[in-house]
This record gives sequence, structure tokens and C-alpha cells, in this order.
Amino acid sequence: MLNASLKQLATQLLQRKISSVELTKEFLKHIKTLNQELNAFITLNEEMSLAQAQAADNMIAAGEAHPLTGIPVAQKDIFCAKEWLTTCGSKMLSNFISPYDATVIERFNQVGAVNIGKTNMDEFAMGSSNETSYYGPVKNPWDSLAVPGGSSGGSACAIAARMAPAATGTDTGGSIRQPAALCGISGIKPTYGLVSRYGMIAFASSLDQAGPMAKSAEDLALLLNVMAGFDTRDSTSIQREPEDYAHDLEKPLGQLRIGLPREYFAKGMSNDVASAVEAAIAEYRKLGATIVEISLPNARLSIPVYYVLAPAEASSNLSRFDGVRYGYRAEQYTDLEDMYKKTRAQGFGAEVKRRILIGTYVLSHGYYDAYYLQAQKLRRLIANDFTDAFKQCDVIMGPTTPAVAFNLGEKSSDPIQMYLSDIYTSAANLAGLPAMSIPVGFGDKNRPVGLHIIGNYFREAQMLNITHRYQQVTDWHLRVPAGLLEV
Amino acid sequence: MTLSLDDVKRVANLARIEISEDEAQQVLMQLSGIFDLIEQMQAIETSNIEPMSHAQDMIQRLREDVVTESDQHMLFQAIAPQVEAGLYLVPKVIE
Amino acid sequence: MQWEIVIGLEIHAQLSTQSKIFSGASTAYGAQPNTQACAVDIALPGVLPVLNYGAVERAIKFGLAIGAKINSPSIFARKNYFYPDLPKGYQISQFELPIVQGGSVKIQVGDSEKIVRLTRAHLEEDAGKSLHEEFHGMSGIDLNRAGTPLLEIVSEPDMRSSAEAVAYAKALHTLVRWTGICDGNMQEGSFRCDANVSVRPRGTETFGTRCEIKNLNSFRFLEKAIDFEARRQIEILEDGGSITQETRLYDASRDETRTMRSKEEAHDYRYFPDPDLLPLEISREWIEQVRAMLPELPEARRHRYIQDFGLTVYDASVLTAAREIADYFENTVKQLPTQAKLCANWIMGEVSGRLNKENIEITQCPVGPKQLAELLMRVSDGTISGKSAKDVFDSMWQGEHSGNADAIIAAKGLKQISDDGEIEKLIDQVLAAHPQQVADYHGGKEKAFNSLVGQVMKATKGKANPGQVNMILKKKLLE
Repeated sequence: MLNASLKQLATQLLQRKISSVELTKEFLKHIKTLNQELNAFITLNEEMSLAQAQAADNMIAAGEAHPLTGIPVAQKDIFCAKEWLTTCGSKMLSNFISPYDATVIERFNQVGAVNIGKTNMDEFAMGSSNETSYYGPVKNPWDSLAVPGGSSGGSACAIAARMAPAATGTDTGGSIRQPAALCGISGIKPTYGLVSRYGMIAFASSLDQAGPMAKSAEDLALLLNVMAGFDTRDSTSIQREPEDYAHDLEKPLGQLRIGLPREYFAKGMSNDVASAVEAAIAEYRKLGATIVEISLPNARLSIPVYYVLAPAEASSNLSRFDGVRYGYRAEQYTDLEDMYKKTRAQGFGAEVKRRILIGTYVLSHGYYDAYYLQAQKLRRLIANDFTDAFKQCDVIMGPTTPAVAFNLGEKSSDPIQMYLSDIYTSAANLAGLPAMSIPVGFGDKNRPVGLHIIGNYFREAQMLNITHRYQQVTDWHLRVPAGLLEV
Repeated sequence: MTLSLDDVKRVANLARIEISEDEAQQVLMQLSGIFDLIEQMQAIETSNIEPMSHAQDMIQRLREDVVTESDQHMLFQAIAPQVEAGLYLVPKVIE
Repeated sequence: MQWEIVIGLEIHAQLSTQSKIFSGASTAYGAQPNTQACAVDIALPGVLPVLNYGAVERAIKFGLAIGAKINSPSIFARKNYFYPDLPKGYQISQFELPIVQGGSVKIQVGDSEKIVRLTRAHLEEDAGKSLHEEFHGMSGIDLNRAGTPLLEIVSEPDMRSSAEAVAYAKALHTLVRWTGICDGNMQEGSFRCDANVSVRPRGTETFGTRCEIKNLNSFRFLEKAIDFEARRQIEILEDGGSITQETRLYDASRDETRTMRSKEEAHDYRYFPDPDLLPLEISREWIEQVRAMLPELPEARRHRYIQDFGLTVYDASVLTAAREIADYFENTVKQLPTQAKLCANWIMGEVSGRLNKENIEITQCPVGPKQLAELLMRVSDGTISGKSAKDVFDSMWQGEHSGNADAIIAAKGLKQISDDGEIEKLIDQVLAAHPQQVADYHGGKEKAFNSLVGQVMKATKGKANPGQVNMILKKKLLE
């Protein structure tokens, strides 16, 4: 049951072979066994989860079931969920019981999915290893010495360890795809604006995008069907006809043209990752795809551009955490200014403070043009590269990360090395393009390798079709870390 | 361009983050490294490039001017650090 | 040395929308603290702004009314600073591309007219309020006002005296109420002025260092604050000192401006385009739609009153100080097209005097324009004298005889004797009874004529039409 696909679970629930309450209990039991070690969840609330499961069972009994009714979904702790502790991985929100639901949570609630718990994450989604969480690091289920990636490390870990059949993540520079790659699962960051950002605690508003994380492309499609949709409460939400992302899953690949960016394959990629990625591309050749070499000349700038724009937006987005209306307030202070400064010094961790300082600096008087404005212009050049590339190909493939999961503590004292983990992923956020990662093998120390697929705007269905076809002829996505299911 | 200790302190003050002398020193080192990375941007000629603020080329949608929200201050203030008589309390504001 | 004062104003007008600029919370004034501060207004984590159509429409209206350019697109930017009444730690405002650019307003000071140019007007959100009464030595924050739409209207430094500044502020005050975009209530803070004041030796071109005076919540304070500030600056300069650019606060109780306790750092607002809001585009069609909705503006009406009704510039200005007054005037004149001056005099005199005394608005005036016209018709056709008309007006105000002028005239017996035959008969009697005065008059004593008029009026108990009496008496004495 813990290893079943969403479709299988839905069938079981529909046929009343298992109830949602039973299913939820089973996952909760598995979580309790593993969470002490893996630390994938910050908050569990058995009572609320089971109440939702009971309501789901009633829906099913009443014949009102949706494909996800009764299915447990692990929610990244960045989504505000009413009456749930919503911490965003920060001491700043360590006492924040959300008084409202994010649109994503609301949409899962509407179809009767069960919130199985809130997953651990890098503080305010700032990190690539899950080590910046106030709630401690998450461990990689494949190797407890390794990081799970970040910032959606808790969600990736939960899926890989089969603690939940489905999870949500958010991705500002790679935060869904990088942990998905490092934990050997599938994840998709949709086109910017496809999933509402309302109630998702903002990191960098023009880059943040929520998406599903799961075992397979098929599961992602079912989850995206629930998450995607126009929301009047988000000005950047895109108004377009709803799409069934599962509709084209089985379509033959036909004349698929896969673009391989020269720059991504030139250097920087480790050998183990390179061979797994090349094997995956060989598999696609067998499936009938054509390979085209493309160029993304400005892609190398995406890290500097990203590390100007994201901190700039973050420095402003995080100003609301001031100890006045909610969240943490310092215990001791002399006056208002001191209250602000101590609250923020104590409530934020080192990485968050570092990014706030970078962001404040690049926006400050005299530096705006050289940094912020220049970065915005380069952002356009990076986006234009993709527009040109998609004239020659349908999707772009490459490695999700330059190397397999690194060890806990290995990069935590070197922010630059950490930032370079996003080298292949952040360009898609800058351009607003959909991008995903699927498992395509194992590298050094038997740690998973992810294949990165960037699609054109709104081509999620095509990307899910392509990855589903791959997963039909391979079984990387079905591999489970040894010993976890026997516990 | 080189970042100074004063820059770090000025920016920490703007961001309302208390920072000790030692922390400022440490942050200065890390930030200097990051800015070396960022500095790569300066080599590119961009004078004719339109800055890109948003991931999508869309225009602002407008909300109808109607009141849709009702009073929820009890709910919201239940999680506030300090309230009295419906007000959020803060150390004295001096104008 | 002769000094010249240079003034520019920044006016914040609260727009009269039902809901806030970026949320669906109510903007109604005077609610219990924080009961109108929704999730977006208190900046809960994860909430997002969505722009109010009504606020944009009002900004367009204003732009068209001052002949400005409506920018499309215009851009919303974040102005970052920490303050407890600013929940997000930034104010959403407009910086580089404001919705309204340029335009001008014509002002009248004494007999001279002047054009004041506007730099821009931009949309932004208001902050909440800090209440300073004692809460165990703490301040209380009420966020009901947070997110109320504001139009910040910035003038060029075109004014040269406090009188001009007041005239400009009043002209804008009239205009925003006239177009219905702001209720103009200064007590409630719906219309707030900041003044930038500097001085320079008369005849020089470069501007002096300016000081900004904050939150002047009445026209009187605006005038006094500018006068004080200009004197202060001139004194400093004449003593060989120099002006520091700073923000000052006007203290009405002491009639002085003083430095606002300076924040320990120079402001660095770190403006950048708000990533949560997209470029605001305003189509040609929308602009034309709004233009079609615009009422005839005060300046056009003023012009028409002077041209069509022959009113003086002064009368026309007084009558167009508010749209309600102008409407009242026009509705009165509609009934009495030939007597515009009479209508104007009555509205500026009797009617507005009485309104002031009772402290009510013209829209609540118990004597409507049609009723007033009925009364004035009786004055103009000679049925009653101007003096009795005031009595009738008073009775109308009290609602006697349903405020019907004719009924009151009849009931009070105020009808003038204006029948020529009757007056001739009375004059004959008076002339016969006062041969001495008649002789005096013919002997060249002009005063005797007035005495005879007095006798006639006495005989009629004041009800004869004085003009008519004069005319007939003159004719009789010539016979």
C-alpha cells in the first residue's frame, strides 16, 4: 500500500477495499517509525488528518469521489493551512497557527485529499540542502549521511521514504527539482502563474512557483490537475482553460525533438551524473526522439542574476516579520527599533539574514542600477535564449544537479558552493518556464541522479507525457531505499 | 567593487537586523565572496535591453470595488504577540 | 534683501472607494480598531494584493480633470521602510511610472489668475494609525486605515505665497469633491497636505534648500505653517546661517514648525517594481469612457457664468467652490433665466449665511432652488420688496405654508401696492395734504422729494413699490 501509485490507491478507495481513515493511519504509522531519523515532517496532527480522512470516506460513500479523494498528501510547511502550525522552517513562525488556507491547500481540501502533515524545508525556502531549517536537517532516505536537497527536502524525503504518496513543493531556483533529483523522485515546477501563490509564504515573488512531488509522472499529472488553476486572489495567476494533465500521458512521443544545451554538457557535471543522464537520453532515442544540440549562451549568468533578484525580492517580502502582528517577538528589548532588530536577529537563521542583507544592499541607493536593474536586464537575455532554443526543439534536457547528493555539513559553511547547486535549475525560474526532474539512475555512493527537463510555456502535459513514457520503459522511479519498507 | 564593514552595518540597520561586530566581520567575508560571483554580471553590455520584472508578459487584472471581507480581528489577534482593546501593542512609537 | 517664497504641495486624497486598494476590506471611517483590517491588510504571510478597479478609475478621472497624461502602462513599486503602522514593511506606491503625469490647475488670488503645474499624481496605499495614549507605556496600532486608496498629488514649486498655496489646495479640494473621487473631509484625514517651502532672494533663479512640513490638516494651518516656516528660513539666512533640508512638523498650538524627531538614518526606501503586481494598462476606450462620465468642471462653469450670466469673476468663483452650490445656483437660474445676478446675490448672501449659521450643507437646505426661484420671481416682478423677501425666506426656511412663497406673501399681506391707479390716488392725497413740501420741491429743495416719498410709503404701510412711487411722484410733480 505504501508503495502504490495514486491511481492504484484511488481504485482501492473507490472499491472500498480500504478506507481513507485506514490508509491515513497506515501512512501516519510509517511516518512515526521513520520521522525521528529522517526529520521529513515538522508538524503532524493526527486528529485533523483523520477528520479529513473521515470526511473523505463520507464523500466516497456519497459517490462524490474525485481521483484524489481520501489520498494523503504531505504539504510543504510553506503553505498556510488553517489551524495548522505553519512555520516555513523558521523560528520566526515557530508559533504561527495559520488563520487561513492557501489556495493550494483549499484546492486539495475541496477534492477531499487528506493533509498528512507539514514537511520540513529550508528556512523560508532559502537553501539547497534542508540544513537551514530551524527544525533541523532532513536526511536523505538513500543515505543518511547525505542531504535530501532543498528547499523542499522534507517533501522529497517523504516521497522517497514512502511516508506519503504525494507531496507539494515550491520552487524559486530549483527547490522542487533539486531535492527530487537528490532523493530519486519526480517533481515538476509548472509555468509561473499556473499554480496560485496565494497563501504560499513568499520568498521571491516573481520566481516562486508551487508544484507537486511524487513517485511518477503519472502521479504528478493527477496532482497538478488539482493544484493548477486560475485564482482571483493572485494578480500573477494566469487565466486560461483548465487542462487535464493526465490526458496525454500515453501519447507516443512521435517526432519529439530534445534539445541538449551545449553549455550544460561542457563542464561542471560530474562523471556519474553525466553517464546516468546520457543513458536516459539514449533511452529517449530508442523511444524515437531526435536529439538537437542547442545553445543557451547566457545560462551561465543565471546564478549571479538569481542571487541578486531573489534576495532583493526576499529582503522586502520578509520585512513583514517584525514581531508586531504574529510570529516571534524578542523577549527583551529597550525600544521599538531594538524590538525590531532583536526580533529579526533572533527569529531568522544565518542564511535568511545573509540573503536579506544581500537583497537590501542591491536595492539600496547608489547600487540599484548596477545590481538589481542589470540583473533584470540579464534575466531578459536568459529568457530570450530559451525562446530561441524552443524554435529548434520541443523540450530541453540535461542534468538537474551537477552532482549527486552531497554530505550533510559538506557545504553548509560555504554559501557559494551551496548556491552553485542551482546552476542548472534557476534559469527556468528566471524565464518562468515549466521544468521537472525525474530519477534516471544512481551515481557515486549509489545516490540518485535526476534528469532535468525544461519545457516551453504551458507545455506541462507534454512534459508529463514524455516522462511518463520513459517511466513505462524504465523502473528508476519504482526503486525504494533499502530497508525502509520492511521496517 | 569591495564591500566594507560599514556597508554591512548600514544594510543590517536598514533591514532592522541586530548585528554584532564579530557577526558583521563574518558576514562581510561571506558577502564579499558572493559579490565576487555576482560581479560577473557587469561584463555584459545591456544598454538596449528592457529589464524583466515578471516571469510572464501579462497586465494587471483589476478587482471590482466591493467589500468582500468581514471582521476577523479576534481570529487574527489570537496569534498576536501583544494586543489590548483590539489594538496591536508595540513599544512606544515616537514621532 | 527682498525674499521670494517658493512652495510646492503634496496632497494625499483618500479615494472614495467602498473597498481598499488591494483588498476587499471596507474603507468606512470610524469602525472599532482592526475590525476592517483583513488578512491582506495585516500582511499575514502568503497574502497577495489585487488592484481595485474603482481606485484606478478615480485616478483617471482626476488626471482628465487636470488635463494630465494618463500613463499606460503605469507601475506599482514597493517603498521599503519599517514602521508599526506599515504591516508589510513596505508601502505599495508608484515611483517611476505614475498613473497621472503633468496637468495644471488654475487658481485665483485676489484679482489675478495663475496656473499651477502638477508634476504627477500616483496611486498608493495608506498606512494604519499609531495611537499614543497610554497602554502601559506602549503604543496601540489600528490597521483599519491600512490599505485605503490614496492619490498623492504633487505640484511643481509654482506657488509664491501662502495665499497662493491655500488657493491651490482649495482648488484641488473643490476638484476632488466635484469629480466625486474623494469626500474631502479634512477632519477625518481624507485630504491631507504636506508643503515644501524654500526661500530665495527675489530675482534669483536657483531654488533655496527646502523643508517639508508634514500633515497640515486645515487650510488655515497650511497658511500659518508656510508663513512661519518662510519667516524662520529668512531669519536664519539673514543671520548668515544656512537651511538644513529636513522634514518638519507644524504645531498648531504654538503656531510654529519644528524638526520631526529625526530617524537615526537617512531614508533609503529601496524602491523596486512590486513583483506581486503587474503593469497597469489603461486602454484608450477606458479613458474615453471616464471622460464621458466627467461632470462639467468648475473652471468651465466659472467661465460660463461670466459669459452667459454676466456674473463677476468673484461671484462665479464663489458659486463654483463646490458642485452642490453651483448646481443649486443653476437650478435656481433655470426658473429665472433673466435674473442670474439676483439669484447669485441671494445664494451667496441670504442662503449661504443661513446655512453657515445652522451649520448645514446646501444639499440639506430646507429651501430648495425651485422654491427660492419662486420667491425671487416675486421680488423681480415687484410683488414684494427685497426687505419683505427676507421675511418670506425666513418663513420658508421654517417650513410655513409648505415653504410656498406665494402663500406666505398672501398670508402675511406683504404684497406691494403696485397698481399705478392706486398709487396715483394715494400720491394725489399726499400732495394735497402737503402743499409746503411741494412748493419746496419746486423751489429746488431736493430733500423735499424724499420727504414726500416717505409720506407715501407711510400711507401705504410700506407696501408700495418704492421704484414705482418715485416714478409716479416725479411725473405728478412735473404736471
